[in-house]
Amino acid sequence: MAKIKPRVKVPKKAKAGEAITIKTLISHPMESGQRKDRKTGELIPRKIINKFVAKYNGTDVFWMDMEPAVAANPYVEFSVKLTESGTMRFEWTDDDGSVYDIEKKISVA
Amino acid sequence: MQMTRRDLFALAAGLAAAGLIQVPANASEDAVEAAIKKFAGGMPETGGVEIGAPEIAENGNTVPIEVAADGAASIMILAAGNPSPGVGTFHFTEMCAESRASTRIRLASTQDIVAVAKMPDGSTKMARREVKVTIGGCGG
Repeated sequence: MAKIKPRVKVPKKAKAGEAITIKTLISHPMESGQRKDRKTGELIPRKIINKFVAKYNGTDVFWMDMEPAVAANPYVEFSVKLTESGTMRFEWTDDDGSVYDIEKKISVA
Repeated sequence: MQMTRRDLFALAAGLAAAGLIQVPANASEDAVEAAIKKFAGGMPETGGVEIGAPEIAENGNTVPIEVAADGAASIMILAAGNPSPGVGTFHFTEMCAESRASTRIRLASTQDIVAVAKMPDGSTKMARREVKVTIGGCGG
């Protein structure tokens, strides 16, 4: 299986109180559990990312519950307003319990 | 008005056709209504929620969708014509610049997208928008 790799686009610097856009993407097949194997005709078991969360300095900022109808390689875009410098941590939770994460530092002036 | 036998047949055929068409549509519409009620605790009023989506999506496997509702704490997205209507729910906090987010979703066929927003005070709003799909995204 392809390696699961998170990618995020976050500005390195921001002004306090200014809206900044955050774009996130993770490579993941998001197997819906409704597709059939072409050779065996059996259902391919569901395996999706069911939760995405963004935390800033340990506080939840934004999160999303996902169902199988979210497209493969789930992309999520949202905006935040920060008042202090810190670290944005992104976590994706897989159906099998694994958590994929990435962190980005933002300096706020 | 005199009812001829031909009229009666036409009427019966029309009713049967309407009945046949309604059955599958209702089955899925029930699931949508159940999901809305579970999330909102009732049927919300229409309006106050924005759905950004292409009018025609060529590939149902990945359809860009944006939802926004002023001040909402969470927004749920449903795809009324998918095998299972649930798509996802965004949750916002005070650190979000606005209650707006986008993602990419799968659509099995031409159908309505429903977005339901929940405000911090518990009130709810909803919006509905049709997206035409050229190639469905639930193949197998």
